[in-house]
Amino acid sequence: MRVLIWITESSWAACVDQARALVPADAEVMLVHVAASDVEYLAGHPGPGRLGRRRPPPPGPPVREIAEAEAMALLEQARERLGRAADLEARRGRIEREVLEAAEGCDLLILCRDGEPRREPKSIGHYARFVVDHAGCPVLLLWSEPPPGIEQMHWPPHLRR
Amino acid sequence: MNEALALVALAVSLTAAVARWRYAPDWAVAAAAAVIVVAAGALSFHGARTSLGRLGPTVGFLAALLVLADGCRRAGLFDALGALMAFGSRRRPRRLLGMVFTVAAGTTAVLSLDATIVLLTPIVFATAARLRVSPRPHVYACSHLANSASLLLPVSNLTNLLAFAACGVSFTRFAALMALPWLVAIAAEWVVLSRVFADDLRQPAAPAEGDLATEHRPRLPRFALTVVALTLVGFGVSSIVGVAPVWFATAGAVALTLYRWPDSLTGLISAAEPTFLVFVLALGVVVTAAGEHGLSSVVDSLIPHGSSLPALLAVAAVSAVVANLVNNLPATLIIVAVVSASAPGAVLAMLIGVNVGPNLTYVGSLATLLWRRIVHAHDEDVDTGEFLKLGALTVPGSLVAATVGLWLALQVV
Repeated sequence: MRVLIWITESSWAACVDQARALVPADAEVMLVHVAASDVEYLAGHPGPGRLGRRRPPPPGPPVREIAEAEAMALLEQARERLGRAADLEARRGRIEREVLEAAEGCDLLILCRDGEPRREPKSIGHYARFVVDHAGCPVLLLWSEPPPGIEQMHWPPHLRR
Repeated sequence: MNEALALVALAVSLTAAVARWRYAPDWAVAAAAAVIVVAAGALSFHGARTSLGRLGPTVGFLAALLVLADGCRRAGLFDALGALMAFGSRRRPRRLLGMVFTVAAGTTAVLSLDATIVLLTPIVFATAARLRVSPRPHVYACSHLANSASLLLPVSNLTNLLAFAACGVSFTRFAALMALPWLVAIAAEWVVLSRVFADDLRQPAAPAEGDLATEHRPRLPRFALTVVALTLVGFGVSSIVGVAPVWFATAGAVALTLYRWPDSLTGLISAAEPTFLVFVLALGVVVTAAGEHGLSSVVDSLIPHGSSLPALLAVAAVSAVVANLVNNLPATLIIVAVVSASAPGAVLAMLIGVNVGPNLTYVGSLATLLWRRIVHAHDEDVDTGEFLKLGALTVPGSLVAATVGLWLALQVV
């Protein structure tokens, strides 16, 4: 069984903690992180020519190097917390597409909700929503923190007692 | 004939700036266009000299400011600001965004938008990445504030310098009139960005331990800060002591250059971006020619006069549209020639339009479409959708709110 765990900055620890208990011992685990290429581009390219100004490249290590080093460090921290062997994959590009491509051929995709901590559609942000909607394999959708009880749920009118 | 030549020269100069032909750099094309316009008689020699004489001090001022900002970088100011943001954030994404807003707005206002884009944004990215929080809101905040927080001082943006030279108000009065619009524009950005990126700003239940030390308050480079502060004081008293602000900027740039000598002389020269300075001067000549041959009267008929609130709103809106059509630097050169005759209110409303407006299309021009093509050619998986969406959410509100702020300030100051 091949299991992909999608790690993000905001929910990686909760995701790994729950996955540890849920993934079978004999499963082959892969951890993936995606660095958003548009943000990297915006930070590393000083204006695509406000009137053609060829600004010098920013001093210091290139933005992409920093992003790759930090993504790898986060993945290694996640593997340590997971406490078992796992392949690490640092990807860059459009987040939704990279996760879906990484999940191709996997038997299970594990990810965390990335939205409001409430029982409602907004609990899934737009990246996770796209991935859940389009994944070709079974998806295990975790909460990054324990969800509120059902008594606190906001029911739509037609379901109210 | 002369009319057509002047307009074609302007169009070719702007196209060269956007298209970035390898063998015909924008500054060379604009300079050639300026020479041709004068040689063909579309602009008299005297007219060209007047235009250069008017723009020269402004361009010198810009060069001094660019060298000053680069001196701050060499003195370690931006690295220290990165450490300060990390320290102040306490690893909370929303607090980090607050720090980024404060630092980016301050950097833009004092050291100009170029310092924020070139020197601060990569530091902000690295700080967020090392704190293991999503860099998205913070990088977008820098990118937006470089435009919308460039309203406060004449030195915050080249457009402000051009308008400042034309509208004849003192440095302190400029700042006093623009303080409220500046704050309002920043507040509008905060409202939109903190909502749009709410998911990225959520506090993780168990934050990752990045390798960034956040326990001790970092030390800021005192000498650089002192020089910048003294330069600002100099700007403030410039009209009282009768010394042009450019000399205070030059003194600050010289002080920081002597304090931390650049690695090479070419480094110092390239910090001042000489080719861009040539481009500004040449474009000024070409715009003057186009203005004399009908462009000014067209713009004049489009722009309402007076300092009533509806007139100011219309000036800001037209300026924002023109800035997005032809980019904000030519927009300023074109419009300032028309509105500088009226009260300073119209000039400042124009600045709100040309400074905040470019957030609508990232590069502040229809060249965005072209840019997309260039980006794809470099195999970068980037799409401008997010930027355009943010622009649509922030720009109209910011424009209106900042202009109302300006109108209120004009009643009081």
